[in-house]
Amino acid sequence: MWKWLHPYAKPERSYQLAGKLLPWFTVLTIITFLVGSVWGLVFAPADYQQGDSFRIIYIHVPAAMMAMVAYSSMAIAAFIALVWQIRMAEMTVAATAPVGAVFTFIALFTGAAWGKPMWGAWWVWDARLTSELILLFVYLGIIALYNAFSDKVLAGRAASILTLVGVINLPIIHYSVVWWNTLHQGATISKFEKPSMAPEMLWPLIIMIVAFGAFLGTLTLMRFRNEILARENHRPWVTALISDINMKKLTGEK
Amino acid sequence: MFKAFSQVVSKELKGAFRRQSDILNPIWFFIIVVTLFPLGIGTDPALLKRIAPGIIWVAALLAALLSFERLFKDDFIDGSLEQLMLTRYPLPWLVSAKVFAHWLLTGLPVLLVSPLLATFLALDVETYWALFLTLLIGTPILSLLGAIGVALTVGLRKGGILLSLIMLPLSIPILIFSTMAIDAAAYGQSYSGLLALLGAMLVASITLSPFAIAASLRVSVS
Amino acid sequence: MLHCEKLTCVREDRILFKDLSFTVNPGEIVQVEGPNGVGKTSLFRLLVGLSSPYSGQVLWNGNLTSDDRESFYQELLYLGHKSGVKPELTALENLQFFQQVHPSHRNADLWQVLAKVGLAGYEDITASQLSAGQLRRVALARLWLNDCPLWILDEPFTAIDKSGVAVLEELFIKHAQNGGIVVLTTHQDLNIDSNLLAKITLTKTADDLYV
Repeated sequence: MWKWLHPYAKPERSYQLAGKLLPWFTVLTIITFLVGSVWGLVFAPADYQQGDSFRIIYIHVPAAMMAMVAYSSMAIAAFIALVWQIRMAEMTVAATAPVGAVFTFIALFTGAAWGKPMWGAWWVWDARLTSELILLFVYLGIIALYNAFSDKVLAGRAASILTLVGVINLPIIHYSVVWWNTLHQGATISKFEKPSMAPEMLWPLIIMIVAFGAFLGTLTLMRFRNEILARENHRPWVTALISDINMKKLTGEK
Repeated sequence: MFKAFSQVVSKELKGAFRRQSDILNPIWFFIIVVTLFPLGIGTDPALLKRIAPGIIWVAALLAALLSFERLFKDDFIDGSLEQLMLTRYPLPWLVSAKVFAHWLLTGLPVLLVSPLLATFLALDVETYWALFLTLLIGTPILSLLGAIGVALTVGLRKGGILLSLIMLPLSIPILIFSTMAIDAAAYGQSYSGLLALLGAMLVASITLSPFAIAASLRVSVS
Repeated sequence: MLHCEKLTCVREDRILFKDLSFTVNPGEIVQVEGPNGVGKTSLFRLLVGLSSPYSGQVLWNGNLTSDDRESFYQELLYLGHKSGVKPELTALENLQFFQQVHPSHRNADLWQVLAKVGLAGYEDITASQLSAGQLRRVALARLWLNDCPLWILDEPFTAIDKSGVAVLEELFIKHAQNGGIVVLTTHQDLNIDSNLLAKITLTKTADDLYV
C-alpha cells in the first residue's frame, strides 16, 4: 500500500496524474450524460403508475448514490491521510467534500420535488430523504471545519478526523432514521424501492449512474488540482508551470 | 496510571466547584427550555406527555452544547492542555478522565433534575423510568461525541457555533433511539432492545472516541 | 542528547526555517536567539512534539521522539508562553497536580519550593489573584521539583524581576553541571559562563525561499 502510494504522495506527480486522467473523465461524463439523459427523459417508457414524473429517478438515484460514493472515498482518503500522514490524501478529502455536498443537495432537491406529484407535499419525512438531509449536514460540517482553519495542513487533518468520525456514525444514523420512520409512518412502501424495473427503464438509469460517477470524478480531479496548486504555490514546479502557461498564452495569441 | 486518571478528575471537579456558575448555568438553561414548551403549546397533559421525550432530549442536547465549551477551552487558554499532552501517560487516557469529569458535572445534574421535569410534563412512573435510563446511557455518549467536536474546534476563534454544526447531526441516533425507547415505555411496550442498542453505542464511543479526541487535540494545539 | 535533523517548519504557507540541524549534549545550555516572529516558539513546539514538522525529525538519545512519546515526556520539562497554571486552584494545588501527574517530579516539600520562588505566604490564594510574575513563578517552581534531564523553556524570564533571573541562572548552571540540558529563549543577556552556554541564532528566511 505504502510503496504503491508513495510516488503519488508527491504533489507534482499527483498533479500530473490528475491532469492525465481529467480529459478521460470529462469525455466519459459528456457522452454518458447525453446518452443517458436523452434515453431516460425522452425514449424510456412512462411509468404506468407515476406517468412521466418518475423520470426524475434518472437524476435522483445517481446523485444519491454518488453522494454516498463521494463520502466513502473521502473516508478512505481520510484514513490514508491519518495513518500514513500523506498530505495528498488530506487534499483529496478537502477536494471531494464540496462536490459530495452538491450531489447530496441535488439528491435531496430532486427527492423532495418528486414528493410533490407522489404525495402532494414538497417535503415528506421519508427515511431516505431524512438520511440524505443529515448527510448534507455532515458534509457541511466538514466543509465549515476545513474553512475555519487558516493553516490548511491543520485544516486537512481536522477535516480527515471529522470524516472518519462521520463514517462510523453514518450507518448508525441511517438505520436509526429508517427505524424511526417505520415507527412513525407505518409500513408505507418506499417509492425508491422498486421490486423490479423494466430493462428499457433500467438501462438509461445505469448509464446515468455511470455519468454521475464520471462527473464526480471530473469535478474532484479539477478541485484536487486546484487544491495542490493553491497549497504548493511557493514551490518551483508551480511557478515554472505558471510561467509556462503564460508563455504559451503569449505565443499562442501572437 | 489510575492515579493520573483520578488526579485529572479531582482537579477538574475542584476547579468546577470554585466556579459554580459553570455547572449551574447549563442546568438552569435545561430547566428553562423545558418550561417554555408548556407555555408555548398549552398545558393539555395528554399532549405534554406525548411530546415530553422529544422536549427533554432536545433540551438536554442543547444544554450539553452550552457546557462543552469549557471542556477544553480554558485549558487551551491557560496552557494546561499543552502540559497535559506532555505527560508520560497516553493522551486518550487523560482525555477520558476529562470527559468523565465533564459528565459528572453536566450529565449527572441533568439526571438529578429529571424527576422535576417529568412532573412538569405529566409523565407517569413507567415512562419516567425509561427517560431516566436513556439519559443515564445517552448523556455519556453525548459528552464523548461533543468532546470530539470541542477538540476539533478549541483552537479556533469562533469555534462555538461550528461545534454545534459538527456535533448535532452526529447525535441524531441517540435522540432517535432514546425517544423511541421512552415512547415504547409510554405505550407499555418493552424497550430493553433499544436500551441495549444505546448501551452498544456507549461502549463503542467509550472505546473509540478518546483516540479521536486525542488526535483532534494534537491538531488543535499545534 | 537532543538532536534535530533537517527540521523544516511551515506555517500557513510561510517557511519559518528550513533544514535546521543541531545537537545538544548533556551539560550544555543552549540559548536560541533571533528577532520576533522568526520561529523560536514554533521550533520549541516542534522539539517537544506539540506540533509536527513539515519535514525532518527530532531525536532524543537516538530515538525518534514521535515514536515513543511516553518515555520522551518522562525526561522532558517544557514551559511555554502559557503557564499551564489553573487560575481556580491555589499555587499549592497546582504544584501538587504536576507532582502527581509527572512521576519524574520529586516528592519535595512544596511549601519550601514555593518559598524558594518567593511565593511564601501565597500558597493558599487561588492563582487567579496572583500577578503575572507570580503566576510565572508558580510555573517555574516545577524546575525545583523535577528530575528531568531535558528542560525546554520558552521565555522563562518573562515578568520575572532581576533577582529572580539571577536565581534561575544559577539553577540552570547547576542543572547543566549535573549533566542536564537546558534549551531556552530569552532576549536578555545571560550571565552564564561561555563554556557552558551555546547559542543558536535564527534569522529571517528570504521571502522567495521555497519549501
